[in-house]
Amino acid sequence: MEDFSLRHDARQPAGGARKMAIVGVVASGNLEVLVERVVPERECLVEIRTTAEGFGAVWNAVVADFVDRYSPGGLKFSINDGGARPDTVSLRLAQAVRLMEVEQ
Amino acid sequence: MSTTSMQAAIAPAALTSWYEASARTRVRLLLDPESFMEFVGPEKREVSPHLKVFDLPEQFDDGILVGHGSLGGSSVLIAAQEGSFMGGAFGEVHGAKLTGLLRAARDIGSMPVLILFDTGGVRLQEANAGELAIAEIMRAVIEARSAGAKVIGLIGGRAGCYGGGGLIAGCCSALAVSEQGRIAVSGPEVIETNRGVEEFDSRDRALVWRTMGGKHRRLLGAADAFVDDTIQAFRDAALVLLEQVGGFELSTLTNEQVRLEARLRDFGSCADAVDIWTAEGVADAGAVPALPVNQFIAVADHVRRISHDTR
Repeated sequence: MEDFSLRHDARQPAGGARKMAIVGVVASGNLEVLVERVVPERECLVEIRTTAEGFGAVWNAVVADFVDRYSPGGLKFSINDGGARPDTVSLRLAQAVRLMEVEQ
Repeated sequence: MSTTSMQAAIAPAALTSWYEASARTRVRLLLDPESFMEFVGPEKREVSPHLKVFDLPEQFDDGILVGHGSLGGSSVLIAAQEGSFMGGAFGEVHGAKLTGLLRAARDIGSMPVLILFDTGGVRLQEANAGELAIAEIMRAVIEARSAGAKVIGLIGGRAGCYGGGGLIAGCCSALAVSEQGRIAVSGPEVIETNRGVEEFDSRDRALVWRTMGGKHRRLLGAADAFVDDTIQAFRDAALVLLEQVGGFELSTLTNEQVRLEARLRDFGSCADAVDIWTAEGVADAGAVPALPVNQFIAVADHVRRISHDTR
């Protein structure tokens, strides 16, 4: 098991007003993303727990690309990973941002 | 990009497969819109204390969500297992969440509980804690029912309802099952391992489905309602069962004992589920596994009316 957290600056705050959302499940090749609006609105924090060790560089690249595309300012993402591929990680992160914009 | 999943997320209950849906989707589409309020949600991070010992990944809700919502305008308590996380298995925290929900139902006394089973049984990495959880939940189901709460089980997920989950299901006031919903205690491979392939060939999928699948459980009277594999069908069945289920008295249990004794007497010598269906009076028992849902429901209603003074 490997844990790490990645902190980024965000161009602008994420949309919506929802405080919390969750997407995905922890299964083989899948992951869950818990997203909470709890950090300063020009920052983004991603905390990762993964069963696949030694992929820090790939996580860095995926998260940097995600922050660049979606500018999820103010959001903290907590990830439990079951060995998901990078494209699945990108998809779940995008779904998490989208869910925070949905009215509740 | 994510359009497909977003469309699935807003698809109405009638178009969404129960079998394929996640626990959270089932709860959202089963209950009245926007009525679900979760207890001990994922943001509390009440994860398993045992999995890290095995270097296994945790899930923030430990594979079950519990909470409160409304169904047809009436308040209900609800629990839903996520079959994709470790086979929906019961661990310490997972079990404690369901026990707590049932004890709340006992204390309230009138609010029904819906349990959306999707489980292979005890999570063996947490063996003793998981086994204890099953015992606590069974007691809590009976206490809730004794206090006046109806406990309805809904079964149609990928993991089925096995092991301790099958025992808990047996304690419920009523069960609704789809064709995909298997109910048993020992799974096919466990039976084969312990009793030999002559007793049960776990690779014979047709045998597994006609022995443990929803159609057989409905024809045996173990499940009270048989439904199509949509969230809407389960919602409709839950509403009907909540209306039909009677009280829980000593006579309920004695009637249930009589029902089970009669079942053993009538079918105890049958070697296969098809023999049981034939003995029950199904005209073409061999055709049952292939019957479409509506035709099967008509056959089942004809041969076995469910008595609501048992269980």
